[in-house]
Amino acid sequence: MIDFKVIGTPILLRNIKKIDPESIEAYIETGGYEALKKALKKSPDELLEEVKKSELRGRGGAGFPTGIKFEIAKNQKETPKFVVVNAEEGEPGTFKDRIILENDPHLVIEGAILAAYIIGANYGYIAIRPDYTLAIKRLEKAIQDAYKYGFLGDNILGSNFSFHLKIKRGAGAYICGEETALLEMIEGKRGEPRKKPPFPPQKGLYGKPTVVNNVETLANLPFIIYYGSEEFKKYGVEGSYGTKLFCMSGDVSWKGIIEIPFGVKLSEIISLAGGVKGGKLKAVILGGVSGSLVKYDEVDIEVDYHSLGRIQAGPGCGTIIVLNDKRDIVDVCENIMRFFKDESCGKCFPCRLGTEASYRIIKKIKEKKANLHDLFNLERICKTMKNASFCGLGQTAPNIILQSLQKFKDEWLSHIS
Amino acid sequence: MKKLVDIKINGKSYLMPEGITILEACKRAGIHIPTLCYLEGITEGGHCGICVVEVKGARNLQRACITKIKEGMEIYTDTPLVRKARKTIYELTLANHKSTCPACQKEEPCEIRKIAKNIGLSEVEVELLFKEHEKDRSIINRDQTKCIECRRCVNTCEKIQGINTLIVDGKGFNSRISPPYNLPLKNTPCVFCGQCVVRCPTGALTEKDDTEKVLDALQDPNKYVVVSFAPAVRASIGELFGLPPGTLVIGKLVAALRKLGFDKVFDVNYGADLTIVEEANELIERIKFRKTLPMFTSCCPAWVKFVEEFYPEMIPNLSTCKSPQAMLGAVIKNFLPELENIPKDKIVHVTIMPCTAKKYEILRPDIMGDIDYVLTVRELAKMIKIAGIDLLSLEDEEEDIPFGEYSGAAAIFGVTGGVMEAALRTAVEWLTGETFSNLDFVPVRGMKNIRIAEIDIKDLKLKVAVAHTLKAAQEVLEKIKNKELDIQFLEVMACPGGCIGGGGQPIPTTEEILRKRAEALYTLDKNKEIRKSHENPFIKFLYEKFLGNYGSEKAHKLLHAKYSHKPNWDDIFNKSYEEICKEVLKY
Amino acid sequence: MKEKFFQKSLIEDLLDEQNKHPQKYLPPKTLKKIAKKHKRPIPQVYSVASFYPRLSLKPRAKYIIRVCENLACHMEGAEKVIEAIKEFLNIDFGETTKDGLFYLEKSSCLGLCSLAPVILINDDIHGNLTPEKVKEILKNYIEKEKSSKN
Repeated sequence: MIDFKVIGTPILLRNIKKIDPESIEAYIETGGYEALKKALKKSPDELLEEVKKSELRGRGGAGFPTGIKFEIAKNQKETPKFVVVNAEEGEPGTFKDRIILENDPHLVIEGAILAAYIIGANYGYIAIRPDYTLAIKRLEKAIQDAYKYGFLGDNILGSNFSFHLKIKRGAGAYICGEETALLEMIEGKRGEPRKKPPFPPQKGLYGKPTVVNNVETLANLPFIIYYGSEEFKKYGVEGSYGTKLFCMSGDVSWKGIIEIPFGVKLSEIISLAGGVKGGKLKAVILGGVSGSLVKYDEVDIEVDYHSLGRIQAGPGCGTIIVLNDKRDIVDVCENIMRFFKDESCGKCFPCRLGTEASYRIIKKIKEKKANLHDLFNLERICKTMKNASFCGLGQTAPNIILQSLQKFKDEWLSHIS
Repeated sequence: MKKLVDIKINGKSYLMPEGITILEACKRAGIHIPTLCYLEGITEGGHCGICVVEVKGARNLQRACITKIKEGMEIYTDTPLVRKARKTIYELTLANHKSTCPACQKEEPCEIRKIAKNIGLSEVEVELLFKEHEKDRSIINRDQTKCIECRRCVNTCEKIQGINTLIVDGKGFNSRISPPYNLPLKNTPCVFCGQCVVRCPTGALTEKDDTEKVLDALQDPNKYVVVSFAPAVRASIGELFGLPPGTLVIGKLVAALRKLGFDKVFDVNYGADLTIVEEANELIERIKFRKTLPMFTSCCPAWVKFVEEFYPEMIPNLSTCKSPQAMLGAVIKNFLPELENIPKDKIVHVTIMPCTAKKYEILRPDIMGDIDYVLTVRELAKMIKIAGIDLLSLEDEEEDIPFGEYSGAAAIFGVTGGVMEAALRTAVEWLTGETFSNLDFVPVRGMKNIRIAEIDIKDLKLKVAVAHTLKAAQEVLEKIKNKELDIQFLEVMACPGGCIGGGGQPIPTTEEILRKRAEALYTLDKNKEIRKSHENPFIKFLYEKFLGNYGSEKAHKLLHAKYSHKPNWDDIFNKSYEEICKEVLKY
Repeated sequence: MKEKFFQKSLIEDLLDEQNKHPQKYLPPKTLKKIAKKHKRPIPQVYSVASFYPRLSLKPRAKYIIRVCENLACHMEGAEKVIEAIKEFLNIDFGETTKDGLFYLEKSSCLGLCSLAPVILINDDIHGNLTPEKVKEILKNYIEKEKSSKN
C-alpha cells in the first residue's frame, strides 16, 4: 500500500517486500537474529561501546545519542529495567515506523532485545497506536514466534539473560509520542508529560530505569551489533551516521518512503520523489509540522544534523511535506495550529491556551479580518509557547509559524488589512 | 544535614541545600516568584508556567516550582524574557477567565487579581477564550466560565479527601474541571467540605451565598432572629479584619452580631457540651452493653455523609448524636419559645460556621427546620463590612444565657482531636466514677493525620484514634475493616486540622495559620474555669427542666439522628448513560 | 512483576470493552467494572477515558468514520471529502446517523499520508479519496448492511 524506494544499500528496508513478514524463518534466513546470537557472546559493556561508537542518534525527532541514553539506564542500580519501543507514530506526514512494523516486525523485536541486553532490562513494551492493526497483528505473531525460537523469554538462547516483550496498545493521542506521556499511558493514566528531570533512563516506567526508543532507532541496532560501528559509519556523514527514512507527501509527484544515507541534499531527495507537483517549489516542511520550514532557496542543503543546524532546521523524524508556490502559507499555518490545539494535552497553560489563541488569530488573518496588532500578538504568543511550555509539544508547536513569519513575512502582511 | 550547593540568583551567590526547588531557593534568598497552580504539599505544580525563570544554559525557561537547584546553577528571575513570558501566559490565563470582578463572590484578596498586580499586567490584548457554561448551584457553586484549570481543586479532592469528585474531563483546550459527566455536585458523593473552595484562586468555586436571606430576616419585624457561632469561628474571624492569625475574637464578635440586629446571640459551644454528655453516655452504653464498637464521632457532616456513602456497612458505628449545631438548633426551636415566650414559628435560627458542609447538614431530614441559615466565616465578615460595622472598635459583650455558656471541653471542638478529648474528659469520669484534675489528653492532640492513643486509668483501658482529612479516615476505616486496628472510639474531622481548617474559613489557610488557630482554642480551654461538659451548669439546667436524664427518650427524639446509605460512585456508575444524561448540566 | 507485566493495561481494557459494545462506547457500568479490576477510583478511570480520542464516553455507532484533515490530507482536498461525507450521511462531527450505522469524528494523522486524503471506517483504510469515491464507499457499506439484514 505504502510505496518505498531505497537509495544505496538499505539498513532498515532491506527485507521489505522481499520476505514474508509473518515468517520468522524467512527473517532468520536473511541473517535475522544473528546479531542477537553474536551479542549474547559479548558483554553488555562491549556492546554499549559499539553503540556509542556508532554515534547512532534517535530517529523519533529529538536526535538524542542512543548510546548515551543506554549508558544512563545501564548505570542505574534499580531493577527491573524496561525497554519501551515508541511506536506511537503520530506526527502529521509521518508513516515510516508503520512500514517497518508491518513489513519487518522481527527487525524491531531484535533491536529491542539488543537494547534490553545492553541496559539489563528484563521487560519491554511495544507501545503502539491502536489503529496500526496490521502492524499489531504481525507483531503479535512475530513475538509469539520469537518466544518459540527462544529469542524471547527466560534464558534467551541458553544464556542467563531473560527478556519479555509485550505489545501495549494506546488509545490515539499525539501527545503519547512524547516519551513520558507514553509511560503515563502504559501505566493507565492520562497521557500527560511528566516533569524532567528525572529522565526516563533514570526513573521511567513505574519509576524504574527505562529507555524509550523510536521504532526506526531500534531497527538500526541489529546492523550495528552484527556488522559493527565501523561498517555502520560508512553510511552517512560525520555527526549523522547511518541511513534515514524519509516520508514524502504533499506536492510531490511520488509519495512514499525513501531510505537514504544522511548527507544527501534535500533538493535531491525531492527529485528522487519525482520533483514538485503542481507548481514550483515554495518550501519544505521538514521533520513534521513540529519541525522546520525550509524555504525554496535553502533546499540545496545536505540533510544531516550539522548542515541543517546552520539554518535552524533538523531532520526530525524524517518527514518531508513539499509545498508548491500555489500554497498559501497562512492556510498551511492555520492547518498546523489547528492540529496542535486539538492535540494539546491541556496540562500546561502556555500550550493549552497558546495553541487555541494563536489558532484563532491565524484564522482571523486568513479571513483577512486581522490587523498588524494581531500579527504581533501571534508572534508574542508563539514565542512564549516555545519558551515556556511544559513539554516538547508546546515548545515545538509554533516552530513553523515562527519561521514562516520570518521567511514569508510579506505573505503574512499581504493578509493584513 | 543536606549537602549545600553553590548557586547564583540574579548574579548573587548563595549556598543552598541540595534538592530544593528554585522557588524555595528564591524564597530563602528573599526573592518573590509569583505562582498560581502550585500549592505546597498538595499540587506539584508545573501547569501554569507563571513561575518561569531563566537558567543559564537551559534551552527553555524553567519552572521554578518543579525545577531543583544544582551546583553552579545560575538563575535569573527578572529578565525581559521572563517578564514577557509571564505576562503573555497570564494574559492568556485571564482571557480564559470570565472577569466579573465587581460582582464576583470571591472575596478579597482574590488571588488571580493579586498575581496580575504582581507581574505588572495592565491589559489583556488577546481575544477572550473562556467558554460559557451553565452554573452548578448547590451548597458549593461552580462557575466554569471562571475556571482556569489550575487543578488545585482536583488535587485537593483526590489527595486530601480521596473522593475524586472534581476531575479533569477531556483533553486540551476542550477539557473541563467538573464531576464526571458534568453532573451537578448535589448528584455526586461530594461531601461539601469546601476544601476546593478555599483553594480555588478564582471565583469558580464558591459557597452558596445566604447573606441576603439572613439580611431579609433581620429586617423582618415579625421574626425573632437568633444567631449562634461555632467553636472555630472565634479563632479565625479576626484574620478577615486584619488581626494576626490565632487572635481570639469573642466579645467583639458578639457585639457585632447584636449590632447586625440579631435578637439573641448564642454559642454553638453550648451545643458542643450537650453533644459531649450525650455522646459520652452513648459510648459508655456501647461499652457496657457490648454494642457496635468502635463508635465514630458524628459532629462533622462531611464525614457522616462520607460514611453513609462509602462505608454503609459502618453506619451502625456512627454515634447517633447529632452535631453541636443540630443539637443546639433542636434545643433553641423547642425550648426557647417557652423560655422567652415567643411563638416557635417566629424564630429564625442562623448559625455561623467555619464550614460549608454545615449548609448541607441543615437540609438533612431529621434536622430540617431546626436551623434556618448557615453562614460561613467569610460570609459573616462580608455582612459585618457591608453593614459598616467597625468590628475592632466595638466593646466586648457577652453571649446570652442559657445557650451561651460553655466549658473548656467545648472550646476545643474546633480542632482535630478536640471532640475526642472533650468526650474523654466526661467519659473517663463517668466510667471510673472519680473526678480528675488533670484534664489534658495530650496524645490525641497534634496535627499528625492519624493519631492512636491508649487511655489507661485505674481499671479503665480505652484505645482511641483520631484522624483528620477523609483520606486519612479511609486509611483508618480500612484498618478497622481488616481487623488491623482494634479501637473503641474514633474521631474524624474531614478538614485538615479540623474545623479550624474548614471550608468556610478565611483564605488562605496555611499550616502555620492552622497551628495558631489551634493554639488559640487550647488557650481558651485552659483559661476556662469549667473544663468538662457535664459540669456546665446550663447543661444541667436543660436536663433538669426539659430533657430528664442523659440519653432519655426525649433526648433521643431531639438530639439523636438516623443515617442511611447514600449514593457513592458505584451507584452513580450503575446508571445507564441515558439516565445520567437527564441529570447532567447542559453545555 | 512478571504477573503485572503480562496484564492488560487499563487503556487496553477500555479499548477492548468499547469494541465489544454495539455502539462502540464505554457505558458507565463498563467504566465501573474496569475501575474495580484495576483497583482505581471510578472517576479517575472516567478522566483517563475522557483523555484519549479513541475512547468514547457517549454512544456512537456500528461504523466509526475517522477522517484526517492534517496537512498532507488537507493539501489533497480532505475538506471536500469530509463535506461529501457530512452531506451524504447528513451528520456533523460527533454525530450518529439516524439509523445508528455511522458516527463521524475527526482524527489526527492516520500515518497513511502517501494515500492522502484518507479515512478509516472502523479499522479499514480508504485512501486517495475524492468526494465521489467516498460516497461510493459509504453506499457499499449501506448495501452490505441491507443485504446482511435480509
